[in-house]
Amino acid sequence: MIRYVVGRVAQAVVVLWAAFTLTFAILYLLPSDPMELQLAAAGIQPDSLTPDQLAAMKHRFGLDQSIGRQYWHHLAGVVHGDFGTSLSQQVPVTDLIGQRIGPTLLLSVAAAVVSLVAGSGLAYLATFVRWNPLRILLTRLPALGASFPQFFVALFLIQLFSFRLGWFPAIGTEGVASLVMPVITISVIASSVLAQVLIKSFDQTLSQPYVVTARAKGLSRSAVHLRHAFRNAALPAMTILGVIVGLTVTSSIVVETVFTREGVGKLAQEAVLAQDVPVVLAVVTIAAAVFVTVNLVVDLLYPLLDPRIKNRVVTP
Amino acid sequence: MGAVARKPIFLLAVVYVLFVVVSAFWPDVFAGQGPYDTHPAAAMQAPGGEHLFGTDVYGRDLWSRVLHGSALTIKATLIALGIALVAGLSLGVVSGFFGGLVDAVLMRAVDVLLAIPGLLLALSIVTALGYGTVPVAVAVGVGIIPGFARTTRAEVLRVKTLPYVEAARAGGASWGRVLLRHILPNSWGPVAVLAVLDAGVAIIAIASLSFLGFGAAPPAAEWGTLIADGRNYLVTSWWLSLLPGVFVALLVLSLNHISKTFQELGK
Repeated sequence: MIRYVVGRVAQAVVVLWAAFTLTFAILYLLPSDPMELQLAAAGIQPDSLTPDQLAAMKHRFGLDQSIGRQYWHHLAGVVHGDFGTSLSQQVPVTDLIGQRIGPTLLLSVAAAVVSLVAGSGLAYLATFVRWNPLRILLTRLPALGASFPQFFVALFLIQLFSFRLGWFPAIGTEGVASLVMPVITISVIASSVLAQVLIKSFDQTLSQPYVVTARAKGLSRSAVHLRHAFRNAALPAMTILGVIVGLTVTSSIVVETVFTREGVGKLAQEAVLAQDVPVVLAVVTIAAAVFVTVNLVVDLLYPLLDPRIKNRVVTP
Repeated sequence: MGAVARKPIFLLAVVYVLFVVVSAFWPDVFAGQGPYDTHPAAAMQAPGGEHLFGTDVYGRDLWSRVLHGSALTIKATLIALGIALVAGLSLGVVSGFFGGLVDAVLMRAVDVLLAIPGLLLALSIVTALGYGTVPVAVAVGVGIIPGFARTTRAEVLRVKTLPYVEAARAGGASWGRVLLRHILPNSWGPVAVLAVLDAGVAIIAIASLSFLGFGAAPPAAEWGTLIADGRNYLVTSWWLSLLPGVFVALLVLSLNHISKTFQELGK
């Protein structure tokens, strides 16, 4: 068991390192020069600066060093929680993200919880209901929810609940009311993805012999559905927990932009618009870290929840 | 044919996808007016007989702007799918066919690509390549390579062990010939289903990136740009954002339905 845990943790660390290296390579090795991109985005012609000024600016951000040195410098920094200096705002990237991680964390956690509840609720109902038309409707619903672009859902909600009904503010980061529509927007897609997997898993579980046995010995349909089927059907669905969390994290980019929430997602959008390479690198690395960590935790918990897997992990 | 006739929704979905594709290559067939023709007198008109989707703040006909947006978005989608198909198929075939160390290395590489959430990978590629339809298409295409690679690999592994492959080898066919004539044609099914499904995913991703402001420069407008521009007039003229949105959502819905029907037929 310990060997499994150590191996799995080491694998996660390697994947994360590789993801960082890949992103670094995309951002720093492609033909564009970060400093010139940055100047162009700020509306300054690189030609209007003297070579000395350009060299001085490059030196300030460490861009005059060889790519290998920059890479090691960055990697060493990241390990210590230092993501370098923002090119457009000239402050440490770590501070920038620290100021704005709160709203995003709140949004992601709330959206993940709502998606889990809504997704499993929908899957539970869709497989429990016996009236066929409703059953078909509920089974098809997730496919519908996963088809709508998020910005469309967001704008529709704004139009309906802010402008027509006036229930929630259209933009902003303040208070619980501002959180409602962003959470719904993310949950529509995330819960649909979860429900699709869960419904499939439910259908497989319900055809198992032990379900028939439980019914035959006189348990009610709802008892079998909740105690026997749901617990077993939920296990395979756990493996996409990482996907759900990844979805809520990436969704925050579009959703925070639409609802003008001052979070990391909007920071990422602004950083791309300003060609602020260190900030983009930091956001991508952090998102990858979250994603890899959730997958790691799921993988480590899985054998504890499912003894069949545990035996397979321990014995080979 | 009988099976298709009994699936009216599938038929509708196919017709709608065909309509959008035709409008992407020949927008003038359905458009009626130019996408950049301004009529200040007819600005901000609600949807109606003359302007199916209404008009924007410069009096431009939104319907023809959406159809001309198809040209950019559909082309971007095709580029993205092309990249993903070529790279994904090659990776998957090489990985599944050779196995061993090659397989292990390639699949670890795919794992790394999967560890970076798609939209964020796309954002870093767009940061490096700059804005526009093609960079966005490349960014989205790279993001969907892993799915194709994994599906192709699984299929190649499955087909490789089938008796007819063994028979072809025993009959003296070279590995290259077996790969091209026997393994690839028989691995194609699930990959094609995935391609239809991923077309929907790619359209949403491309529209999202252009919505965030990384797409084609004005006055050209992709679907995402149109929807983003309409945001500013949401209070008074809801159609500017929501009708193009419905147009996109219907397309993705149709693609998902087609892919699902294929999947069921394949069983």
